[in-house]
Amino acid sequence: MEINGEFLEESVRELRQYFRSGSTRSVTWRKNQLTALLDLVHKNEDAISESLYQDLGKHPVEAFRDEIGAIGKSATYSLSCSDIPLLFFPAKGEVLAEPLVLALDPLIGAIAAGNVVVIKPSEQAPACSSFLANTIPRYLDSNAIRVIEGGAAVSQQLLLQKWDKIFFTGSPRVARFVMSAAAKNLTPVTLELGGKCPAILDSLTNPSDFKLAVKRIVGGKWGPCSGQACIGIDYVLVEEKVSSHLVELLKKIVRRFYGDNPLESKVISRIVNKQNFTRLCNLLKDPLVAASIVHGGSVEEKHLFIEPTILLDPPLDADVMTEEIFGPLLPIITVNKIGESIEFINSRPKPLAIYAFTKDETLKRRILTETSSGSVTFNDTMVQFLCDTLPFGGVGQSGFGRYHGKYSFDTFSHEKAVMHRSLCLEIEPRYPPWSKFKLEFLRLAYKLNYFGLLLHILGLKRYK
Amino acid sequence: MSSSTDADEKKKESFNAEAASLLVNNLRATFASGTTRSYEWRASQLKALIKLCDAHEQQIIDALYSDLAKPPLETVAYEIAMFKNSCKAALKELKRWMTSEKVKTSIATFPSTAEIVSEPLGVVLVISAWNYPFLLSLEPVIGAIAAGNALVLKPSEIAPATSSLLAKLLGEYLDNSCTRVVEGAVDETSALLQQKWDKIFYTGNGRVGRIVMAAAAKHLTPVVLELGGKSPVVVDSNIDLKVATRRIIAGKWGCNNGQACVSPDYIITTKDYAPKLVDSLKAELEKFYGKNPLESKDLSRIVNSNHFGRLTKFLDDEKVSGKIVFGGEKDESKLRISPTILLDIPRNSLIMREEIFGPLLPIITVDKLEESFDVINSGTKPLAAYLFTTNNKLKEQFVMNISAGGLVVNDTALHLAVNTLPFGGVGESGVGAYHGKFSFDAFSHKKAVLYRSFLGDAPVRYPPYTNIKMRLLKALVGGGLLGIIRALFGLS
Repeated sequence: MEINGEFLEESVRELRQYFRSGSTRSVTWRKNQLTALLDLVHKNEDAISESLYQDLGKHPVEAFRDEIGAIGKSATYSLSCSDIPLLFFPAKGEVLAEPLVLALDPLIGAIAAGNVVVIKPSEQAPACSSFLANTIPRYLDSNAIRVIEGGAAVSQQLLLQKWDKIFFTGSPRVARFVMSAAAKNLTPVTLELGGKCPAILDSLTNPSDFKLAVKRIVGGKWGPCSGQACIGIDYVLVEEKVSSHLVELLKKIVRRFYGDNPLESKVISRIVNKQNFTRLCNLLKDPLVAASIVHGGSVEEKHLFIEPTILLDPPLDADVMTEEIFGPLLPIITVNKIGESIEFINSRPKPLAIYAFTKDETLKRRILTETSSGSVTFNDTMVQFLCDTLPFGGVGQSGFGRYHGKYSFDTFSHEKAVMHRSLCLEIEPRYPPWSKFKLEFLRLAYKLNYFGLLLHILGLKRYK
Repeated sequence: MSSSTDADEKKKESFNAEAASLLVNNLRATFASGTTRSYEWRASQLKALIKLCDAHEQQIIDALYSDLAKPPLETVAYEIAMFKNSCKAALKELKRWMTSEKVKTSIATFPSTAEIVSEPLGVVLVISAWNYPFLLSLEPVIGAIAAGNALVLKPSEIAPATSSLLAKLLGEYLDNSCTRVVEGAVDETSALLQQKWDKIFYTGNGRVGRIVMAAAAKHLTPVVLELGGKSPVVVDSNIDLKVATRRIIAGKWGCNNGQACVSPDYIITTKDYAPKLVDSLKAELEKFYGKNPLESKDLSRIVNSNHFGRLTKFLDDEKVSGKIVFGGEKDESKLRISPTILLDIPRNSLIMREEIFGPLLPIITVDKLEESFDVINSGTKPLAAYLFTTNNKLKEQFVMNISAGGLVVNDTALHLAVNTLPFGGVGESGVGAYHGKFSFDAFSHKKAVLYRSFLGDAPVRYPPYTNIKMRLLKALVGGGLLGIIRALFGLS
């Protein structure tokens, strides 16, 4: 079916009409939809894993941990909180590397808040996109929830329509287009972008703590989609004196997790497509960057595979250190004293997440108060994504707006102020004609000076 | 004469994109130095603002009289007193607002603790409006300062006396390394909008709101847009008509002569009730403003000849000729239009297509009051909507079915003064909200913080991946203790 402007206008018109009919407002409808969504996820786990494997070479356990399980948990959490609705919008989202959870997590919020929704999944994960387009209509109310597939042309057409809210997950470059298009209709937006998420690794005196920290760093770098995640670790900051120990440990743990031949291990995702593969290879082509490789570096074009690669102190002005990597290359940046990490991070755009492995309470305090990021996680990576009571979103270049848990509901709601007054109990001084008496009355009223007001009314107070 | 023009030109020339960029860089350096972060600094600035009001009340009254012929009582009550109250409330709550919020964590991240920390966004821009030029400039400033930001305020050039008073007083009372005022018009505003801000707060109309948001989009800057719309008043029949009428008048002509974003724009009532309402309005209007309201000192004038022309066009529209049942007098030299009521005007007349923002009050009549909801919903979402009724069912339906920034039942405009209510629009009437804690939040980033320890590491997270790990992970993320036990024993 051709997706052109006319088709989209008609779709939006139908969705608005359905919204006006009031069907999406009832708590029953919303609960039904969320239950249906849970059903969809549970009954189609295998199909979902298969799609993710096709698009990204994602291992089923990773798929479950990061996508299927996460969605199931979010939907269950939303179902268990019965909130009274306020006001509503259609919404739209665009998705990249966690194609399922990033399409469906916002959907949960949009449904819970009683909206009608159009989802535009990322064309870069085509199997997942098809899966969503084919499966959602079978479980959810297609009068209210539609999936529209396509690439940039379709996105542009969608952006020409008038929406009540746009929810976008992706890159800052595309986000600018989305927000500019939204500006034409004064449409509020939530932008979930990315950034270079640093991991600060303090010198931990207890060797088993240090080992655990490095293990979590490996998990937080290559675990999520081989580094292609907005909150994945981008680079590590560490004191010079422990850097070689770090590199040794990293190599050991990478070998333990992914085997001696990671390409064959099948537990690590591949690069999503040729374009990103080429981009990442180019990052390594810079001779000074290539010279900084201390582990890995090999690529296999046929399978779009890049091995876990560690760089030690690549040049700070190289692309690998100025743009978000979004891939399996891990630069280690050494500093003299770990406190210098703070200045390093502050001289760059605000990231979506900062990770810090330390037991030093002073350093923790400094990181919290002196840096700015979407979130901060101490002594672990990625898990803040699972915490529904924490708002998930960026600041500065990493975006604005937030979701997860109740924040998803709020993101897709309008908080309407309502004030009830009674028609009795009149206060004369509200009304003209104005007089000095009324002026003084109002002055005293604003100051909540009840005694003064009393005196004033009784004529016992002097005033200018 | 030529030398003063040259000086003016120089002054105008000097604030271009380069100057704006320099200004923002200076403010960023100050922000980075940490000056605005401490509770003491923020409290001192808020206290200074209160002192400013107390010491210069007469000057403020005079400036507003010069810009709008605003009656001193309106200035004192609606601009100064409201502002001071906001400041005091912010001072009282500031410590609490600045404290981080602890939140619960679930078994999925066990063991861990979590909190939400409020931090300032950085360097923000506040663009203000002309109708409540004092209040609408400084109310957002309270939020920006309370949240610990550095800021630039651009007051409206359409209220020049207030603009220059603000520039002078803020320069004297506030810390200039962190708070600056830039006066000017389109050129200066454009220069400011080209810069990268951490937040832009704009009060004004939808046309410029779009320009502001488009400029913000280039830098991915979040915005709050406080716009307007046609705020309708639905009037039922079984009410205390006198009280309702006076409240409608207070919200319409008592608020800057209808030039307020939450002023009742038009009335909807039944055909049967309309004559009674009109009579009541006429009677009370005379009590308030006398027999010659064009001369009344208790009414603001129209702000400038542009807006005067805009409003007279509404009256000249041939679709509404013969529909004026009260008022309609104008005095162009004094920029005054008397309180004017129009009855039974066609829905497609000019006056019903845009926000009036003036002393003209159209009344639309319907057969049944329920039809009023369709009338309202057929337009864009307004900033406020009002209902006068004693019928509880109607109140419920109104609240459920009318989408607007804020609703008031049995009064008008007052919700502005309730600082526990978020004040902002939806759809065409705006994005975001403020007042009270909402102001603090509007200028803050709520940073999520998760504390984990080195104990309790779950091997299920890490490769190599096995079936056992898969089962355990399902149980862990699914969150049931029983499920976890079963998985551990291989029973799931």
